Amino acid sequence: MDFAVVVIVEILYAVASLALISAGLAVVFGMMRVINLAHGEFLMLGGYSAIVAVKAGINIYVAMLVVAPLVVGILGLIVERLVIRFLYGRMLDTMLATWGLSLLLTGLVTMIFGNTTTGISTPISGYRVGAYQLSGYNLFIIVAGVLVMAGILLTLRYTRVGLIARGAMQSPDMASGLGHNPQRIYMITFTVGAALSGLAGGILAPLTGLTPTTGGLYVAKAFITVISGGAAVVAGTLSSASLFGTITQVVTLSSTPVWGDVAMLIAAVILLRLLPQGITGRFFRRQV
Amino acid sequence: MTLDRRTFLAGSAAASIAATIAGRAMAQGATIDVASIHDLSGIFDAYGKPMEKAMQLAIDEINAAGGLAGKQVKEISYDTQSQIPLYTQFGQQAALKDKVAVVMGGILSASREAIRPTLKRFNTLYFYNTQYEGGVCDRNIFCTGVTPSQSVEALIPYAMSRWGKKAYILAADYNYGQIIAKWVQHYVKMNGGETLQVDFFPLDVSDFGATIAKIQAAKPDFVVSALVGGAHLSFYRQWAAAGMKSRIPMASTTLGVGNEQIVLTKEEGDGILLAYNWSAEIDTPANKAFLAAWAKKFGQADVKEIHELAVATYQGMMLWAAAVKKAGTADRMKVIEALETGLSIEGPGGKITVDPKTHHCTLDVVVMEIKDQKLTVVKQIPQVPPLDTQAVCDLKANPNSNVQHEIKI
Repeated sequence: MDFAVVVIVEILYAVASLALISAGLAVVFGMMRVINLAHGEFLMLGGYSAIVAVKAGINIYVAMLVVAPLVVGILGLIVERLVIRFLYGRMLDTMLATWGLSLLLTGLVTMIFGNTTTGISTPISGYRVGAYQLSGYNLFIIVAGVLVMAGILLTLRYTRVGLIARGAMQSPDMASGLGHNPQRIYMITFTVGAALSGLAGGILAPLTGLTPTTGGLYVAKAFITVISGGAAVVAGTLSSASLFGTITQVVTLSSTPVWGDVAMLIAAVILLRLLPQGITGRFFRRQV
Repeated sequence: MTLDRRTFLAGSAAASIAATIAGRAMAQGATIDVASIHDLSGIFDAYGKPMEKAMQLAIDEINAAGGLAGKQVKEISYDTQSQIPLYTQFGQQAALKDKVAVVMGGILSASREAIRPTLKRFNTLYFYNTQYEGGVCDRNIFCTGVTPSQSVEALIPYAMSRWGKKAYILAADYNYGQIIAKWVQHYVKMNGGETLQVDFFPLDVSDFGATIAKIQAAKPDFVVSALVGGAHLSFYRQWAAAGMKSRIPMASTTLGVGNEQIVLTKEEGDGILLAYNWSAEIDTPANKAFLAAWAKKFGQADVKEIHELAVATYQGMMLWAAAVKKAGTADRMKVIEALETGLSIEGPGGKITVDPKTHHCTLDVVVMEIKDQKLTVVKQIPQVPPLDTQAVCDLKANPNSNVQHEIKI
């Protein structure tokens, strides 16, 4: 019984962390069809921002929840203005440009912080479920995942800004005809996506150490989750994160983390063979 | 005189050849060159940087005492950036281009196996100064670090006497982890215990949440960790964050080797048991002199960066120097023969003696507990021979042996 609770918490944690690392990419790729290969580096920079802020004496929650998204959001804004905005609709060129950007960011961070592992301790202590002891920080990540996803959902669905954004993604010409500036909407959307990546990077930083190449660990998982999820930002990310998170954790618990990752990749291959448009290409089609 | 392109090229080519020859003659004439091949950046730099410093310190001391065989010793340092292919490349460079008298280096067992064949082929003497899984049997290499029969044999019975019989093993997934896990299982069994489970982790795994749940489900009396490198350090963080520290105790065959106890907080590190050759607390004149010399060269604040592998590197360098002194030359075969007389030195970790049959070392072992980010000695075992390698390797009988033996369970 206690073990069942442990397993469920571990699964929820895996789902939430997949959703968190994919959220920024889901907004940028799902809505704007921009393949941002520097997504992993945005997460990595969020982590470094949080760690630097904590080491400078700032409260850890402020560092993770405010500083990290702010820094990476501003970076996203700069990147959009200088690079991405010239490349809308040119998918291959965007991939090349953002891949170059990811190499540049990795190189810069290596120059500043050195190619070493840095980290901070988690701020929450463990708690007990029956005979088992669990990490309190995992619960924090679950809550953060739920809040981020709910935030995106509510914004896109129930606010005027969300409506305009969705409209501009569907038909830029129509949005333009109605007096909205698509360029500006793209800019804001990309910035928000980058800020979400920074937030995720900040939240995950205390859990694992960071190196300048950490981004590489995230980017593949994020892309698999978003592409398997399909077009709908929230429903797609949540459904594929739930599927993959569950598979990974169940296999990891019954064997090793290596097999957990293998199982996730196999599941993704089979899924995309059966549903080439992703999960929301067939199910939950009218969702956000 | 007109200078056309042809005469210019001919002239400059001749000049550069002359310069190269002169340079090489100088290099071979005035100094004895030694190579340091360590990871000075990348995820293993916490291991490599102090090893490089230990080399510098040893060389300074050797030169201050008048050098070796009438010559000064010069270090040529390579940074392998925590990338195995660079070991092969720099190993060749050290042997063929720089023609060094000895190579000190290699950290992970994978890196040792990347340069060992190269150095053997090109007849360049090699010192591997890292605690490792044992069993290398090759006349061209000297291993000055502790092996399982020295560290694990001290650690496991002590841990079992304190905590109980059931062990759960976590290990890094490459040759070191695979082989050391077998040794841990071997000693657990020898002492009447039981290994519940062995899990292996690739070096880039950093999320151990599911593993921590699995360990609790298995209910071991203690956990033995042979995790390696920066990413695996997050295991200790997550273990403490889950509040496991007070519930299941831990011993490690790797923690502390790269001074991880000062990277982890007091709450994360306290109480973990280790067994190696050296602790800053060892109260001998040799150790005190070593610590004082380190403080003088690198600053008092840097003393806490010294770790097991740095001390082993220092001792390896000093053993080699003693052999060169004894042989009166840095010639490879003569130095090997001098070492094979059972040469010994008094190092910071105590007396260390070359075992002629295996080219490993007989040395003191200390069992330690992490307390307040320091390694506190709980038990000292003097002069432990490398029994594991002695059981499988005899270089006196088979001088051409070139293998790494593995323990069979």
